[in-house]
Amino acid sequence: MYKNFFKYLISAIFLLGFSVNSNADFKVGFVYVGPTGDHGWTFQHHEGRNAVEAAGIKTTFVESVPEGADAERVIRQLAQSGHDLIFTTSFGYMDPTNKVAKDFPNVKFEHATGYKREHSNVSTYSARFYEGRTLLGHIAGKMTKTNTIGYIASFPIPEVIRGINAMTLAAQKVNPNIKTKIVWVFTWYDPGKEAEAAQALIDQGADVIMQHTDSTAPVQTAEKAGVWSFGQASDMQRFAPKSILTSIIDDWAPYYVERAIAARDGTWNQQDTWHGLKEGMVAMGPYNSAMGADLVKEVEQLQKDLASGKVHSFTGPIYDQKGNILVAEGKVADDGMLAGMSVYVKGVEGDIPK
Amino acid sequence: MSLDISFIGILIGSIMASSVPLILAASGELITERSGVLNLGVEGMMIIGAISGFALMVITDNLLIAIVGSMLSGVIISLIFGFLTQSLLTNHVATGLALTIFGIGLSAMLGKNFVGIPGKEFPILFSSLRESIPFFGPILFGHSIVLYFAFALPFLTNYFLKKTKLGLVVRAVGDSPVSASNQGINVILVRYCCILYGGAMCGLAGAYLSLIYTPQWIENMTAGRGWIALALVVFATWSPIKVLIGALIFGGITILQLHMQAIGFRIPVQFLSALPYLMTIIVLVVISRDSRKIKLNTPTSLGRIFYKEK
Repeated sequence: MYKNFFKYLISAIFLLGFSVNSNADFKVGFVYVGPTGDHGWTFQHHEGRNAVEAAGIKTTFVESVPEGADAERVIRQLAQSGHDLIFTTSFGYMDPTNKVAKDFPNVKFEHATGYKREHSNVSTYSARFYEGRTLLGHIAGKMTKTNTIGYIASFPIPEVIRGINAMTLAAQKVNPNIKTKIVWVFTWYDPGKEAEAAQALIDQGADVIMQHTDSTAPVQTAEKAGVWSFGQASDMQRFAPKSILTSIIDDWAPYYVERAIAARDGTWNQQDTWHGLKEGMVAMGPYNSAMGADLVKEVEQLQKDLASGKVHSFTGPIYDQKGNILVAEGKVADDGMLAGMSVYVKGVEGDIPK
Repeated sequence: MSLDISFIGILIGSIMASSVPLILAASGELITERSGVLNLGVEGMMIIGAISGFALMVITDNLLIAIVGSMLSGVIISLIFGFLTQSLLTNHVATGLALTIFGIGLSAMLGKNFVGIPGKEFPILFSSLRESIPFFGPILFGHSIVLYFAFALPFLTNYFLKKTKLGLVVRAVGDSPVSASNQGINVILVRYCCILYGGAMCGLAGAYLSLIYTPQWIENMTAGRGWIALALVVFATWSPIKVLIGALIFGGITILQLHMQAIGFRIPVQFLSALPYLMTIIVLVVISRDSRKIKLNTPTSLGRIFYKEK
């Protein structure tokens, strides 16, 4: 029976068709970690793809590709089937992307949120989401009554830790008594589990919920429980109109169109792009009027200052949990430090999972 | 942290709510498997139930139609499985896997227009009693009707299998289809019915997620719960009551470990995340040690193709 089982399984996987047809035209491929309908992370990348398509460039995409051995197979398949530029849109695709890039020097690769560019045909790009987190921290610090902010975290990677730190620093600035409680769910996308994590945080006294996961379940849970929340990756306001104070919105479209056109016209070269509020890769959703006009004005000013560079999310002095200095007074954290961030700042509770 | 008695009541209430989809799907699959059919399509049937329920709720604005419709959609999709395995005699494992892949794909396609629509509030029963009685209030009251049904189901299933003639027929078909057939039982018909019943329960489990637990439609929202339900049936050695215990332990530890993180216990988080799986297996293995009973409960002909020689 098992012999048959594997035979069927293997043929099913082949038939399942990560198969893409090949032709000579210029083509762009996208690899997504979630379904395009997640209304969060992958949804926004898919919007970016739609923009590329609207610019008259052919695209294909493969959704819900697990980070791991599957990813390499899918990326390789796209490269083999005549795609000229491939966007791999999740941190966990970092090594597979570089591995495939080595074997396909004529194909261009763009890896989101990673830092490895082992071959000249691999670029990396990311958004300075932490700038958005700074705004959320400021709002959360002002809005909380219990002085407890609940944070649903996915995986202990620098991007997530950076977000937790940026939020905590900003919240501490406006409210020194703030506590950040963190729950790691070890998934990017599991509505049920994300809802349970939100509920656990609310039960433990958090009255502001923040998420670094991709579904809309946490904001709905917050709405039901009557606490504040923030949308993640895309504008989630309609899922929790009363609860959502604002959303961090990822806007990949301009970057994708620019890079696709560059690759088509032969002007593409290796880059490490890190855009933020200034370039519009990070945008904020509408601010909830429950914040009050004064706070909205304050936050809008902070948003402008972050965009212009007048204010930096990581301005010293910044200490780690043990009290060691991370960033000296008057200095700001450089990009290298931000990209590899792997410790909590002072005021965050608990340990980072190793 | 607050560990007062009313908080524990709230905690138990939310553990119960999170176990419902597992109880429903596993109870349905249990009947299917007791009749000797191994249907690995639980995840696929659940996700179809989730989208059908949600779509019908949006279209008709009627929750009763949505719930009944989700069960019907589970029946319809399991009918495909039944036809393939019982009438065309295909391999159970392969067909079940195909059903899951098909269900996930089909639900994503059907669901395209329903993404991003907020769900409707599902009515809960006795909500005033929930607030007024400490501890027992949040445990016993303020739940949806589906939850009460789910918690009655393992006992009904147990009664059905042990005390009714029909239950005996199902078990006979699962243990020895040849002898059952010789006794004049229509094996194929019984198996069809058990497959369709399993489909209905999986459909309801999916609808619980999309209508009650996280009221919205998102692609792939069952996120592997179907596979956990399947594993529960095996580890509970096909006993309905043990399925209930297993589902509660799994849901309970999942929620407890989130609380422990929020409280700030200094236990490695990876260990906490693995804990639900570990504990469920350990407890079920320990309570099902009696090998005589396992033999009694295991459907001997599980997954084997039966055809009647003419």
